[in-house]
Amino acid sequence: FHFPCAILASNAYYLIPHPEIINSVELPKFVLCLGRWMHNVLFFLLSTSRNFSLHREAFVVNETPVFMNKPPPHVFKLMSLPSMIIKLTLGLLWCIIHLAISLLSLCSHLIFNLECSLISSGLLWKYRNLQLGRLKYLAIVVDSREAKNTVKINQLLYWLKTLGVKYVCLYDIDGVLKKLFAPGMNGSRDNNPGDYLDASANIKALDCCQKQMTIECISGSDGKEGIAKAANLLCSSYLNGDSYTQENVKSEENVKSEENVENEPVFTETDMASALKSIGCAGPEPDLLLVYGPARCHLGFPTWRLRYTEIMHMGPLKSMKYGAIVKAFHNYSKKHQNYGK
Amino acid sequence: MLDSLISHDPKVLTEKKPDEIIASGVVESLQNFLRKCIIAVLSYGPMPKHIAFIMDGNRRYAKSRSIKQGTGHSVGFAALMASLIYCYEMGVKYITVYAFSIDNFKRDPSEVKTLMELMEEKINELLENKNVINKVNCKINFWGILDMLPEPVRLAAQKLMASTAENTGLVFSVCMPYNSTSEIANAVTELCKERRDMMQGQQASGRNGRPANGGACSDISVSDLDRHMYTAGCPDPDIVIRTSGETRLSNFLLWQTTFSHLQNPDPLWPEFSWRHLVWAILQYQRAYPYIEQNKDLAKKQL
Repeated sequence: FHFPCAILASNAYYLIPHPEIINSVELPKFVLCLGRWMHNVLFFLLSTSRNFSLHREAFVVNETPVFMNKPPPHVFKLMSLPSMIIKLTLGLLWCIIHLAISLLSLCSHLIFNLECSLISSGLLWKYRNLQLGRLKYLAIVVDSREAKNTVKINQLLYWLKTLGVKYVCLYDIDGVLKKLFAPGMNGSRDNNPGDYLDASANIKALDCCQKQMTIECISGSDGKEGIAKAANLLCSSYLNGDSYTQENVKSEENVKSEENVENEPVFTETDMASALKSIGCAGPEPDLLLVYGPARCHLGFPTWRLRYTEIMHMGPLKSMKYGAIVKAFHNYSKKHQNYGK
Repeated sequence: MLDSLISHDPKVLTEKKPDEIIASGVVESLQNFLRKCIIAVLSYGPMPKHIAFIMDGNRRYAKSRSIKQGTGHSVGFAALMASLIYCYEMGVKYITVYAFSIDNFKRDPSEVKTLMELMEEKINELLENKNVINKVNCKINFWGILDMLPEPVRLAAQKLMASTAENTGLVFSVCMPYNSTSEIANAVTELCKERRDMMQGQQASGRNGRPANGGACSDISVSDLDRHMYTAGCPDPDIVIRTSGETRLSNFLLWQTTFSHLQNPDPLWPEFSWRHLVWAILQYQRAYPYIEQNKDLAKKQL
């Protein structure tokens, strides 16, 4: 009897208003999205009612409880006509709630856009003098599909340069940005070859308008896989018995291991950090992380660098605004960290 | 059910007239019915299976209400128990909370002592009032370097873990004292020990003339480390909620939150209530298609 539930569930995702609706600030595009969504709702209602009438005859009302205990309230057991109507009503209510939330967020998005244009034009006085003293390292997480938009990425980097950011770390989970900014591939795009200097494997220096900015590009393989490689390094050196004792004698936190050095491996956070450094996955810890994407997720940013980073969600890359970055920096300057104290 | 867990504040217990009690009973049952309706509507969409909470804001709450910090933490504990019940009603099977960080040992010793005493008191209360745990069939885990805790707290925690180990319902994990980076370092240590034992086993079998398998010689993979994390067996968190509007993760579940929806509502933790939870789930439902897309893409690449 789970089959009709499965149909409902599988069709329900058509009903979730596409996140594009909230970003379609132009009225015709919004109307088009809304029309498409309403068409999906109608299609869904027709198809589910058709499915239910088909399966109602072949279906036996099942009374035996699935669980021995009282099941949680969200499990539907009976499949008679009243319960179908109830389910459709619930579905409608759910759609209405989400539509209302989408409209609300559209309104707040419009207000935010207005604020950003005011900030860009310099009318809001409190954003005029940005104190970037505490912001030494900035990181940007981009959705991999949006990262292919090199025009937007370059514009973002240009804005950050004009704001005076000294070090930017670009991250995307699939490694698209790493490929775009790789050395030797700078002639065929919008980039000016003279702008990029080859500093190290991941790091480039962007020199323009007499403001030096270092760019680092990392990908998902520097996150979890980097930690796995570091673990491999530590493990193999322990099992081979050579440089393990050196690392433990150096780390101050690990007094016990001097007695157990022949028997038990004990790896501390400092051991992992130095192992990460030796395989080239270490870098400065960002103070601020800007997430460009439909949702606020860090998408696997390297663990050792994300510990105390402030994470701010900026929205999709294609609707990025200069004023939003200024606002984010301003909010960051207001933050106060205890570091656990 | 909650009264046994919430510390009795004398101001709360007042005399009530009989018709007031009836009226409050009617209002309460109406509220319960309304809650169940809203949960039924919400459940139509995707519901999270695992929610993680960073319970931030107890001290600020105490300061704003001009009460002692210890009382602020007690109110925070009451809010935790309430949230646990609400999550269970919503069908969330795994709940993880960040109770105490290894960095928090840097705090004022008297505050650390108060916190430890509070934890010991609450764990002992849970050990005595088994009916609460049995009602939700709760399995309680304590994740972290338990050796850093004072002896009575550690013993109580281990006792509670052992007594609820067989339960199959809600899984409630308390991270104390916990650091994501030390969890990873611990996983590497465990993995190394496992490999060393495997190698020693291979050497023993090699002496017997049997062929040795190449298992210990392969590189360490991400799934090897996953097996040795404290969270092995639990799915990754769907939502991470940090109250009081702070935007950082403070070294909490950094390995497991690759595709988790990070949320930071403004209310302080003692103010976190049912409507904030509903709002959190609504936000998750809006972000769900994007997150699932990313998860599928990541799986395809493996």
